Amino acid sequence: MRDNTTPAGNPLTGIVFAEGERPVFGPGDKARILARSPIGHYRVPTYMRGKLCTVEKVIEPAAVDNEEEAFGRNVGSKRHYYRVAVPMSEIWPEYKGPATDGLRIEIYETWLERVST
Amino acid sequence: MSAHDHSSPHSEPAAPQHGGDYEIMETAVRELLVEKKLIGPGEIRRQIEVLDSRSPALGAKVVARAWNDPGFKVRLLENGRRACEELGISFYDDTQLIVLENTATVHNLVVCTLCSCYPRPVLGLPPDWYKVKPYRARAVSEPRKVLEEFGTHIPDDVEIRVSDSTALVRFLVLPMRPEGTEGYTEEQLAALVTRDAMIGVVTANTPTESA
Repeated sequence: MRDNTTPAGNPLTGIVFAEGERPVFGPGDKARILARSPIGHYRVPTYMRGKLCTVEKVIEPAAVDNEEEAFGRNVGSKRHYYRVAVPMSEIWPEYKGPATDGLRIEIYETWLERVST
Repeated sequence: MSAHDHSSPHSEPAAPQHGGDYEIMETAVRELLVEKKLIGPGEIRRQIEVLDSRSPALGAKVVARAWNDPGFKVRLLENGRRACEELGISFYDDTQLIVLENTATVHNLVVCTLCSCYPRPVLGLPPDWYKVKPYRARAVSEPRKVLEEFGTHIPDDVEIRVSDSTALVRFLVLPMRPEGTEGYTEEQLAALVTRDAMIGVVTANTPTESA
């Protein structure tokens, strides 16, 4: 059809991205959900804080950080967020079901720290 | 919320108490907003109409289309919101939709531990049991037991994946297509898809169950 076009996935080089424009994590990355307890509206459930997870997917497009939005600050607060996988046994050490059972949750980049493997 | 603490997922929620604190607060805030001309009664009515037009029947049509149209299914799993928009379902609340496919090896279950996030554009309002604390707490800590209480037995060699919706993403479970439905029309298929199957607490009905 369009024989003379450049194939997709062949971007130009030398382009510098703005701070925060590109997601920091990618699928397969190991991370820890931070165990912070700030004051305000935070949508990271307490039972997930401090748990190890594996990034499964970058959710596109990046979205307004609802934690900032709760204070009426929308401009410039777009954040990347990720669907992460956590084994049930990581959350509940006494979990009785099969080891493959797990949980998935969306976490903003500001709540994840990289774990070297 | 404390009135709901002792409820199990199956028990009927306590009847709404007329004149309760939340109802009085809602009326007060609504009247203030209208009085200050920040919103008008027409806008409130319109939003109620939007919500009323969304029900599990829409989700059932989405599932039936995915079962009968492999191309649509690929698009639905790739980007749930965009595929639903193809069918004219708008996302008035600006949420994204991830569609989770149940297979012979994976069973998905949806919960919102923080409140009651739910794919309202496709399913309408959530059932009462979805909003009470026992379901919200137990779905993430003992999902197999919760499923058993719904009459759903998931064998140990099938992985349970619980998705906790917390922010901007909503989840819809794509149940497995029941056996014996070859040649069914979309309408016949949609009749087998219940709200609870799209939350993941049960499987889709078989032709004999719904006969």
